[in-house]
Amino acid sequence: MITIDTISKKYGKTEVLNVASIEIPTGQSFGLVGNNGAGKTTLFNVILDLIRPTTGSVISNNIVVSESEAWKNFTGSFIDESFLIGYLTAEEYFQFVGDLRGMNALEVTTFIGEFEDFFNDEIIGKKKYLRDLSKGNQKKAGIVAALMGNPEVVILDEPFANLDPTTQIRLKQVIKKLTDTSNITVLISSHDLTHVTEVCERIVVLDKGIVVKDLVTSAATLKELELYFSV
Amino acid sequence: MISHFLKLEWKQFFRSSHWQKGIALKIIMGFFVLYFMVAFLAIGVGGYYILKKTLPALDPLQLVNSYLLYVVLGELVLRYLMQTLPVMNIKPLLILPIKRSMLVHYVLGKSAISLFNIISLFFYIPFAVVLIIEGYDTGGALGWLLAVVLMTQSVNFLNFLINKSTIALGSIVFLLLATIGLQKFGVFDITVFGGQVFDAVYASPVYSLIGFVILGVLYNLNYKQLKSLVYLDEAVSQKVEEATSIDLSFANRLGDVAPFIKNDIRLIWRNKRTKTVFLMSFLFLFYGLIFFTQEAYRDMPAMLMFASLFITGGFTLNYGQFIPAWDSAHYKMLMSQSFKYRKFLESKWILMVVMTSILYVLSFPYLYFGSRIFLMITAGAIFNIGFNSLFLLYAGSFNRKKIDLNKSGFGNTQGTSATQFLIIVPLMLLPMLLFWVFNKFVGYNSGFIVVASVGIISLLLKKQAMNFIEKKYIKDKYVMINAFGKEA
Repeated sequence: MITIDTISKKYGKTEVLNVASIEIPTGQSFGLVGNNGAGKTTLFNVILDLIRPTTGSVISNNIVVSESEAWKNFTGSFIDESFLIGYLTAEEYFQFVGDLRGMNALEVTTFIGEFEDFFNDEIIGKKKYLRDLSKGNQKKAGIVAALMGNPEVVILDEPFANLDPTTQIRLKQVIKKLTDTSNITVLISSHDLTHVTEVCERIVVLDKGIVVKDLVTSAATLKELELYFSV
Repeated sequence: MISHFLKLEWKQFFRSSHWQKGIALKIIMGFFVLYFMVAFLAIGVGGYYILKKTLPALDPLQLVNSYLLYVVLGELVLRYLMQTLPVMNIKPLLILPIKRSMLVHYVLGKSAISLFNIISLFFYIPFAVVLIIEGYDTGGALGWLLAVVLMTQSVNFLNFLINKSTIALGSIVFLLLATIGLQKFGVFDITVFGGQVFDAVYASPVYSLIGFVILGVLYNLNYKQLKSLVYLDEAVSQKVEEATSIDLSFANRLGDVAPFIKNDIRLIWRNKRTKTVFLMSFLFLFYGLIFFTQEAYRDMPAMLMFASLFITGGFTLNYGQFIPAWDSAHYKMLMSQSFKYRKFLESKWILMVVMTSILYVLSFPYLYFGSRIFLMITAGAIFNIGFNSLFLLYAGSFNRKKIDLNKSGFGNTQGTSATQFLIIVPLMLLPMLLFWVFNKFVGYNSGFIVVASVGIISLLLKKQAMNFIEKKYIKDKYVMINAFGKEA
């Protein structure tokens, strides 16, 4: 599904990313972990063609992302709050994203209705602009928007951060459902090792822009990661 | 402690976005500030002599005195609209071991040296100096100066007390209009009363000390009020406004661009700065009155053209020049969605064209000034629709400054760069020049025709122009994402 081919990114002389090759097959749940400054967000931004890599290219479903924009049709993403339009209410925002993703008003309402539990009554019908929601609630809205319009690839940067415990558990269920039942490729990054090991089939560890571990998740993975990071 | 605060202020000032701007902008802003300072200085120095010359029967000081109460009322209205207590600055200091009372004094003290209080000094001080030079009593003049300075400070603190209530604003505006009305109809002349107060201060400077009492009382009231409110859920809180959704489904008829149009309408209406731009564009309608009513401009058709462009172009110029920076906060998100960039640009274009058309219809009363003026406005409108809208879209691709929509509208220069100044050349000077050249050397009507033709030709070439503009935006995508991601 996604091929990351010799991606590197340099700012001046400092190299922030240097990934030789990562192949992510369709339907895989792919986890990215690493300390601050490891290059997780940069890598996601490169995959979304928001940052141009110094060398290499990303191929998503046979489309080179920097050459054609066709990948946008099947890719949903939420990186940070700048993906939200602050002056809209959550409903208006979903409607806007729905419009762009070819859903009509009814489809959007039905889709959003499925996430009633996930929202926990804090997003819809609140008469609040997105900019006035708490960080956690903003994240909920952004994650759900990323799932709209039947994407084949979903990219979420730090989806668990700022979420309350209940929503964290529900989000894990949502992500599992995506990869188990509908063959969607999910890429997430996280600082929480427990969460990634629970959700992801494969975990890649980045350190200062370089892939240092590429693991197929097993019972021993969490121990291994904890050992690695407890230096 | 004070030195800590001063250091913070120093850093805040020099690290603020004003200083991060390009050199061109710094110079222009510098000139702007200088202009105001010099203008006030000039009035301060020359005011005495001008008054003496134009109204030799009256004493300039008494004349100024008699209008000082109007100054107070006018200043209150202006401050109400533009000045708020910079209370949010202390939020990070609240959890540090600093006494609450200290913080309150700091916030209030800081407001005392705000630009609002400084700028009038550029008038009062030279005026007082001139008075002394002209043989007025030194003690009296200094007493008067002290009194007006204290008056300005009192107004400063009075403003913060009444700032929260619109009723206060209403009553001040009412009071202002009422006194003007009463004076006009000769019922009650406030200038006589106001004059007496300040004349008395000049006669016996001791009275100026009363100013200290008033200022002290107002400061204390502010202090007491603010001290009880320095909590996160009181003064130091972000206001959350209730979302109001209006039905914009009428825009759906516009097809593909509808989502963007709806977004833009909400963008404009729900953010302070864009709302100011929107409302100001209606004020620009009156711009022509300044030019068309003055004899001096009758013979300067190029200047009249300038005014005509502004009448219908208020929105296009003020909104258009910051495309796409209005969307800078969520630019990344837009760039990861699947839509044709064209639609995004098209919606901005439609918005500018629709607003220019509305403003044009509203400018019909200018027919009163004759068909020539109206033809000029028409030519200007066509130019704004045809050329300026497209040109501003193109110029927008050079915008590299983020705009924080939550910041206020008045005097906010966020997002401004050299681009904003360079674009004035083709936007305003080109039509003026065209008009002037053809008007002068070919004949009166050819001026209109040429300006309007440029507009019409641009409109006909819209498709080609849009292709070109779209390519430019796509090419600059990464640079813009990067620039908009940086803090403004």
